[in-house]
Amino acid sequence: MALLEIRGLAAEVEGKPILRGVDLSLPEGEVHAIMGPNGSGKSTLAYVLAGREGYSVNAGSVRFDGEDLLAMDPEARAAVGLFLAFQYPVELPGVGNANFLRTALNAVRRARAEPEIDAMKFLKEARAALKRLSMSEEMLKRNVNVGFSGGEKKRNEIFQMALLRPRLAILDETDSGLDIDALKIVANGVNALRGEKFSALVITHYQRLLDHIVPDKVHVLSEGRIVRSGGPELALSLEESGYAGLVAEAAA
Amino acid sequence: MSAVAETIETVSAVTEGGYKWGFETEIETELAPKGLSEETIRLISARKNEPEWLLAWRLKAFAAWQSMTEPGWARVKHPTIDYQAIHYYAAPKKPAPRNLSEVDPELLRTYEKLGIPLSEQAALAGVEGSRVAVDAVFDSVSVATTFRETLARAGVIFCPISEAVREHPELVRRYLGSVVPTGDNFFAALNSAVFTDGSFVFVPKGVRCPMELSTYFRINARSTGQFERTLIIAEDGAYVSYLEGCTAPMRDENQLHAAVVELVALNEAEIKYSTVQNWYPGDAEGRGGIYNFVTKRGACRGRKSKISWTQVETGSAITWKYPSCILQGAESVGAFYSVALTNNFQQADTGTKMLHLGPDTKSTIVSKGISAGHSNNTYRGLVRIMPRAARARNFTQCDSLLIGDRCGAHTVPYIESRNPTARLEHEATTSKIAEDQLFYCRSRGLSEEDSVNLIVNGFCREVLKELPMEFAVEAQKLLALSLEGSVG
Amino acid sequence: MSAALRQTGENFSARYQGLAPRLPGPPDLRRRAAAWFDRHGLPDTRDESWRFTSLRPLAGIVFSRAEDQDDTAPSLLARLPPTEAPLLVFAQGRMRADLSRFPAGGQAGLSVASFANEPSFGNVPESETEPLSALNTMLAEDGARIAVAPSADAGTLVLLHLASGHAEHPPAFHPRHQIRLGAGARLTLIEIALGTSVYLHNPLTEVVLAEQAELLHLRLQDESAAAFHLASLHVALGPGSAYESVALVRGARIARSELTAAIVGEGARFALHAAQILGGEQLADITTVVRHLAPGASSRQSIRNVLTERAHGVFQGRIAVDRIAQKTDGYQMNKALLLSEEAQINSKPELEIFADDVKCSHGATVGALDPNQLFYLQSRGVPKAEARAILVAAFLGETLEAIPHSWGRSVLEGAVQSWWKDRPL
Repeated sequence: MALLEIRGLAAEVEGKPILRGVDLSLPEGEVHAIMGPNGSGKSTLAYVLAGREGYSVNAGSVRFDGEDLLAMDPEARAAVGLFLAFQYPVELPGVGNANFLRTALNAVRRARAEPEIDAMKFLKEARAALKRLSMSEEMLKRNVNVGFSGGEKKRNEIFQMALLRPRLAILDETDSGLDIDALKIVANGVNALRGEKFSALVITHYQRLLDHIVPDKVHVLSEGRIVRSGGPELALSLEESGYAGLVAEAAA
Repeated sequence: MSAVAETIETVSAVTEGGYKWGFETEIETELAPKGLSEETIRLISARKNEPEWLLAWRLKAFAAWQSMTEPGWARVKHPTIDYQAIHYYAAPKKPAPRNLSEVDPELLRTYEKLGIPLSEQAALAGVEGSRVAVDAVFDSVSVATTFRETLARAGVIFCPISEAVREHPELVRRYLGSVVPTGDNFFAALNSAVFTDGSFVFVPKGVRCPMELSTYFRINARSTGQFERTLIIAEDGAYVSYLEGCTAPMRDENQLHAAVVELVALNEAEIKYSTVQNWYPGDAEGRGGIYNFVTKRGACRGRKSKISWTQVETGSAITWKYPSCILQGAESVGAFYSVALTNNFQQADTGTKMLHLGPDTKSTIVSKGISAGHSNNTYRGLVRIMPRAARARNFTQCDSLLIGDRCGAHTVPYIESRNPTARLEHEATTSKIAEDQLFYCRSRGLSEEDSVNLIVNGFCREVLKELPMEFAVEAQKLLALSLEGSVG
Repeated sequence: MSAALRQTGENFSARYQGLAPRLPGPPDLRRRAAAWFDRHGLPDTRDESWRFTSLRPLAGIVFSRAEDQDDTAPSLLARLPPTEAPLLVFAQGRMRADLSRFPAGGQAGLSVASFANEPSFGNVPESETEPLSALNTMLAEDGARIAVAPSADAGTLVLLHLASGHAEHPPAFHPRHQIRLGAGARLTLIEIALGTSVYLHNPLTEVVLAEQAELLHLRLQDESAAAFHLASLHVALGPGSAYESVALVRGARIARSELTAAIVGEGARFALHAAQILGGEQLADITTVVRHLAPGASSRQSIRNVLTERAHGVFQGRIAVDRIAQKTDGYQMNKALLLSEEAQINSKPELEIFADDVKCSHGATVGALDPNQLFYLQSRGVPKAEARAILVAAFLGETLEAIPHSWGRSVLEGAVQSWWKDRPL
């Protein structure tokens, strides 16, 4: 069985149907890309998987490693190894980044019955991760995302991912608003984790990110459904012909 | 330092929840008969072997009090207080100890349980740098004061005020009532008439107090009020940091606490006064709890003197308290940092007064109010610039956070300027914990309650960082405990 | 309260007793208002909402019913720049048809009447709970009744309050105005108060906006420097309606402008931009209470004070958010410039909030002109007095520049400019 099994998932926001039956299977160790035009339901899918309130699931199921993901609280999903890199990371005034991360890391470790890590060990790991990501240690002292530039916020998400070591990362348009250097840092962060025990769902509007994170599979989401799946070449052909053709095809 | 993480760990470890300081100490107590009259005051004065001048001072305050009425402007509601149904004096029966080894072991156990070591050995066993001298006030009397010799060597006087009246009458007489006059307000007049104990601190010229000083107030006896009086004097160039903590047993009656604190800072002196107020707040239905009516005021008399008030207010059924600064000396500085958290049916009306009299005076006000449950939380503050306060500056920031939709958050600032060269800025906001902040924390693995605590602690950070380290950790734990049951 | 001030209040009560049988309209509310006023009298500084504004200068003055003084209305009228808009003129609180220009038939949906002919007290709860409103309710004899039919765009109407006072026998008048806009109706109302000598002007204005109605309300208070202006304005906002007001206060010895807004309709918008420019011994007080009683509404208040000589400015503003008023967006800002040693400001911006999903903020600043900015201007060759004027104009600019009505803007800007002329800074 795949790590993530989405079957017939339908969801609505404020009474408006957004997802209309998504089927997707992501085997452990693979990286899949989800592409699609604006309003196709990409971010909704990310939020439904992470458990945000206000998104009601009307039909379908989501299994994570065989467990019913939809029955879990957001924190329980984090504990089993799901990580959402937010499209718009949230600011937490007065909450230091280091405190936040260590608190989160230990909460997740507790839930997994792993020993908590002490401040010294945490700092060591955090510094190492920052170095790998070519990020400044200053990051640890600042409040979570407060006063960060758009690019810094996105890199902070990747930094959190590197520390929390999820089994499944969902990157929700992490590439939007990034210059090419920042994009490379983000891609390196994801690629460094790739392996048998790491899977990712890379949600993006553009091909650009997929030059750096080469996916095993590409799915095209349109009007709340996966309308096409294929290899990395699908992303390239989309880049050339745009979504219009595909969308028309799906409607036909 | 990951104090937040520690807070959350501690809170998870607390299994009993609720107010954990609510136990009662079984100890024989001498009580004055209920009620307030000249006789009561004469009895208190006699019990304390006071000089004639102090008795006269008390009686004058009593006369003033009788002609006054309770102030009605604060946003608090309570049934009429029967001032004749209160014992104005309650003291453990054992004779007063001359040194720590004579203190009733039952009392020592009480303070152990509250986390306040009264044995100097125990305190010394801790880290050298974090020594704190403690004056423990149990109901109406001070039961122990630690580290007195160490302090005496530095020239610092730290003792119960009743002792200071006997040992240092000239100092007490000069300063007592000089910042908060006997007839200042209803509750201050009441306190002046019946005050029983409290701490006295005198830091002579040029001395930097070698350790933090602390008073721990405990109400234990039933149907009593606590009326302590604290007086702190810092002479030219002196420095002292003083901490105050308070708890009381859980009872279904309301008990009255009406304290007065006076601070005097002379030229270039600095006094830091920190409070963690955790009187019993009443139960989830609003039964019981302390009525906390407190007058705290500091006079920056000297040039470049500095007084700062930092408070974390989580307890009491009603809090009515406005720690203030009178900025007389040129270039003197006043500060007020406050966190007030109300839950269930608590009511807090708290803030400050900054009176700018001298030129180039500065004040800073940072107030963080958190309301949950059915509580009401009001910031009330006055900034007044008098005509001679040229180039005075004030900055005020008041933020309120609402948790749930049955509570209220109110902000009532008074801003008055009579000098064109003064500059005042005031900002206030009210908001709730944002859904997206909660979700962000939860998606990183924190429970909803931990997420709220984290966000609340972040909200209060500017204030908490003003507290000495030990108190900051204590305060964070308190905030988390006080919020229990407010989410979900 | 001083005995003399109490006496001034009792004189009003006595006047009511004498006039009662002859006063227009239903007597019950008047009687209750009079009973309330009898018990409370004129407010003193022990009342929390009057702590900064003392009415002591009224003490000992016996105000008479307005009738005996010389009529200066035509000369006051001549002070205004010409306008084509319809004009309703009141002198000493009474409608003057001879000086008014009533709306032409073409101004669809706009109807105008007088309180004297069609008395109605409307729905103002403060009539029985607040001193200025009670005083008005007790003694109102005339006033404007302005109505705009549903969906009509009624253009502009000018409402003029002219006052001829008297130094020894100052008159007092208490006009009661009512402005009602039907669903989707629109109106620009420009109110101007001018006067000479000593008098007490105690108007009460009720504004009721039905669903989606929009009122732009421009106000200039330029009463005689010896007069007393004690006004209350009560605005009720229906769903989706919009009330926007720009007000300039520069006249009167003592001025108190109370404004209460009841936002009872979802999504309504309330905005007040006010400036007080004061000198001499003037005391001017703007006191507002904005009640959010419905969800999704916004309120904006921005107050500027320019104070010189011995002037005293007061702003008290309360935003009260009811438990049901979720998604409220409330904002309030009071700024003061003190231009002299003896000027003073009292500011009390209040938030009272019972709903949790709201965004409310207020701010206040007090200070003098920035010496760096002054120096910068001077170093570029601008004389000091002019530099000060430029900076003060910039301070007030935000309030006035935004007025979306050219005649109204010119009246308010003209009032600011003429204020400068008399005051070498």
